[in-house]
Amino acid sequence: MSSSLQNKGNRLPASVVPFRRHEPGTQPEYLYPAYRATRRRAPSQPLIFLPHTLSEVTGPIFVHSDIHPNDNDLTVQHPGEPLGERIVVSGRVMDGDGRPVSNSLVEIWQANAAGRYAHAKDNHAAPLDPNFTGTGRTLTDANGFYRFVTIKPGAYPWRNHENAWRPAHIHFSLFGPAFVTRLVTQMYFPGDPLFAYDPILQSVPDERTRQRLISKFDLETTKPEWALSYRFNIVLRGREATLFEG
Amino acid sequence: MDLTPTPSQTVGPYLHLGLTDTGSVPCIAGKGVKGERVWLTFRVLDGDSVPVPDAMIELWQADSEGNYKGTEGHGNSTVDGSFRGFGRMPTAEDGSCSFETVKPGPVPGPGDTIQAPHINVSIMARGLLKRLSTRAYFAGEPGNASDPVLALIPENRRPTLLAQPDPTRAGGWIFEVRLCGEGETVFFDV
Ligand SMILES: [Fe+3]
Repeated sequence: MSSSLQNKGNRLPASVVPFRRHEPGTQPEYLYPAYRATRRRAPSQPLIFLPHTLSEVTGPIFVHSDIHPNDNDLTVQHPGEPLGERIVVSGRVMDGDGRPVSNSLVEIWQANAAGRYAHAKDNHAAPLDPNFTGTGRTLTDANGFYRFVTIKPGAYPWRNHENAWRPAHIHFSLFGPAFVTRLVTQMYFPGDPLFAYDPILQSVPDERTRQRLISKFDLETTKPEWALSYRFNIVLRGREATLFEG
Repeated sequence: MDLTPTPSQTVGPYLHLGLTDTGSVPCIAGKGVKGERVWLTFRVLDGDSVPVPDAMIELWQADSEGNYKGTEGHGNSTVDGSFRGFGRMPTAEDGSCSFETVKPGPVPGPGDTIQAPHINVSIMARGLLKRLSTRAYFAGEPGNASDPVLALIPENRRPTLLAQPDPTRAGGWIFEVRLCGEGETVFFDV
């Protein structure tokens, strides 16, 4: 299929470089019966393959005025300090060719140290922390790096099956440069004994790719006498080789 | 270095904390933006036709002349008179959410084609391990007949991508998203 776009009227010619498709097994399928909620929400018809047009290769851009000063430090958003283990979570956002994804919005949310979300619909019998909301937002820098200070979230039960507990995790939302690079995912902590029992993590078929969701303990970025540190690098889809067309 | 893209995971039931409590964008085009003003309401239903009260809809669209832009708005930084092209809202208990915008213009498609006015839609929710993508077109738009993307879809399923005029409101449109089963919306592999 041609990826060039014709010049129409006085509109500038635009070339569309499509993004690469995912390799089989590297993303979850919609239907994963062990995760019960997928049974009533997963589409039953096959998806329609959509060749990329301007609509798919463009996307929203966010700027510094979208971010407030304490948005990347979840431990200073209230008068007091939240309870729990203070941690640094940082990493690099790259595309599929290893190039940095710069100035890109990263949003996170998480439970508190006791495994409770500051959310009206979370009725887990664990204490709320008046000093912790669990919401963070930042832009990647010119080299694709981001950094949050937060507290380590607790595991929590979720009634998906008998005695179901989610491993501790932080929710991540990223945009990247295009409509098709949008990604919502979750970051886990190394060595969690709940991994094998969690259908959400296990929904990623490919074992090696699934491991990418588990952050690494990172002594180097630890702040002595203050906070442990975890590194979570994120890879967004890259583009197909650029096509040069007349 | 392994550069396989990071896998998607569900947005979960508490998405509001990180995404919509402070990051909702109900107005895609401020009052001063030129174009035909529309109020677009989405309603999300599951496989039992039960409204989905914990989904999030994100929109990405061209302006009334068919140009996609870099946008500068998010959260509270709404500026009247600015076009951002981006919208984001959580669904309410009845599975619905609404956006104010302008009708997008036609956008160039592959080859010699022109895409009819459409809005690119992402749906995320608990129970969706990755987002769903679809497009909202406008019923009765003459360009729909020659749209290269609608042409990819079996004729009997095309109506699922057409927003219908809201009989209760001038400039209002309704787009129903059926996640699965009877009348299932067409979703795209993007
Ligand atoms: Fe969670």
